[in-house]
Amino acid sequence: MTATRTAPKAPPRPAARAVGPRRSRLRYAGTVALFLLPSAIPLTLFTLVPMAGSLWTSLHEWNLITPMRWAGLDNYAELLGDERTLAAFGHTLYFLAGYLPLVYAGGFGLALLLNRARRGRNVLRAVYFLPVVTSWVVVALMWKWLLNPAGGVVNWLIGLVGLEGPGWWTDPNWAMPSVILASAWKDLGFVMVILLAGLQAIPREYHEAARVDGATALQSFRHITLPLLSPSTFFVIVISLINGFQVFDQVHVMTGGGPAGATTVVVEQIYDLTFRYGRAGAASALSWLLFVIILIVTLVQIRAQRRWVNYA
Amino acid sequence: MRKVLRTIPVLLGALVMLFPFAWTVVTSLTPDGALLSSPPDFTPDGAGLDAYRRLLETMPFWRIVFNSLWLGVASTALQLITSSMAAYAFARLPFPGRGALFAVYLATLMVPMQVLVVPLFLEMRAFNLVDTYFAVLAPTVASAFGVFLLRQAIAQVPREFDEAAVLDGAGHLRVFAFVVLPLIRPALATFAIFGFLASWNSYLWPLVIIRSPEFMTIPLGLATLHGQFTTEWNVVMAGSVVSVVPILVLYLFAQKHVIASVAQSGLK
Repeated sequence: MTATRTAPKAPPRPAARAVGPRRSRLRYAGTVALFLLPSAIPLTLFTLVPMAGSLWTSLHEWNLITPMRWAGLDNYAELLGDERTLAAFGHTLYFLAGYLPLVYAGGFGLALLLNRARRGRNVLRAVYFLPVVTSWVVVALMWKWLLNPAGGVVNWLIGLVGLEGPGWWTDPNWAMPSVILASAWKDLGFVMVILLAGLQAIPREYHEAARVDGATALQSFRHITLPLLSPSTFFVIVISLINGFQVFDQVHVMTGGGPAGATTVVVEQIYDLTFRYGRAGAASALSWLLFVIILIVTLVQIRAQRRWVNYA
Repeated sequence: MRKVLRTIPVLLGALVMLFPFAWTVVTSLTPDGALLSSPPDFTPDGAGLDAYRRLLETMPFWRIVFNSLWLGVASTALQLITSSMAAYAFARLPFPGRGALFAVYLATLMVPMQVLVVPLFLEMRAFNLVDTYFAVLAPTVASAFGVFLLRQAIAQVPREFDEAAVLDGAGHLRVFAFVVLPLIRPALATFAIFGFLASWNSYLWPLVIIRSPEFMTIPLGLATLHGQFTTEWNVVMAGSVVSVVPILVLYLFAQKHVIASVAQSGLK
């Protein structure tokens, strides 16, 4: 968001002037409250209070049943030295390392191809966007079935070219790739739509002028398309990273974190700690750890954007 | 030739996008015995609606679809009201501490659901609200994202418009409802789409707070179904078909607007 978009500090306006008898000032305060309370009350009850509660819980040992026991920073200390925490972050990073390049390269490639297409662009765009509006659970189930090691369509296709398909989500080595595949399939359309909008916002004249000046297609791509597309790229990467760090639905449905913990990502670990191991304190601490990491990663990107994002 | 080279990958990709949906429908019509046939059978013998019958016997699935629909509509409507009102206050009603309060709103935007799930569950439990519609709906009635989005939209409405109305003696509620809201309709539509999709697809929170099938939403109902019918994929796929159809119909109607909204969000 650019600075010009934010509302200027309001000078005294007739509508807003709160001078006058006390009654009218009270009435103005009442109006402000009337407009704010419908959102302020739920946000307080269902976001701010739980936030404070989560912080408080993270400082305790608690199984949700017997009374809380003060633990200070023990939960955090334990998490930082715990192999399973490290493994959970490792799995999340593994997911990101597979998912991000796949969804970005695929979405970008498609956006470039569709940008050149004259006919059928809108129909194709709608088709690619279909998985985006489908819920994660449905997508996870569809892919679990497609990737079924026995009788699944994908392994049958692999069999057609004479190879033997892997065990996919039943095999610790292939479970994460299965999740990555399903996730990339779902989000490809989202990335494509955003990048396609970015591509279409680039004036044609720029490319034509470059061609007149003797630039090759590749040069034109490198020096016009990429820089002018950078705001869209930035948006896609920030959003994908935030969502990627929070990956849960598809994992929980496809593998439940298994087999043998091979896909226990951070949020899956938070869920297990709370509802399987009865360790609400440790789970809260882990969720705060994840939050802080996402916050730092996002802030770093926002700072770094000045160096590569080009707001024309 | 180059055009063909460009067209083939795009069409192939479209096939990859559509095939899983088609296969879901085929599987839902396949009888148990033919499920694991190799090669996959696209026109199975004895195809029928048996899986759908069993689906409806095991779970109140129509009710689950209805739950998702009404909760989605209610959540979207409430978010539109609460967010647009707050957005109006932040854009048009100066008061001491406004900037600080807006910062607090924005801060809640960055808190992921995972941080809130445990204490929210405990809060609901303390008030005996576990396994109720209220518990599913409550955390979604206000949206800081919506306040942010709509405040930007209201800030772009020329002040002259509402000032004229105020001078004519209209109160803020009337200016808000009859002058400002109609002018920010596109932003409201965009936010409505995001709000509805978020509610429709939400899984983690219903998973934590709902136990009884009659209060379940589609994602939760499907996941539960999958837990019961681990190998009867035809029943699971029947559930998937039933749950995809309503959103598909909505999508076909609003397709252009949905995509335009998402595309907009990426342009600065």
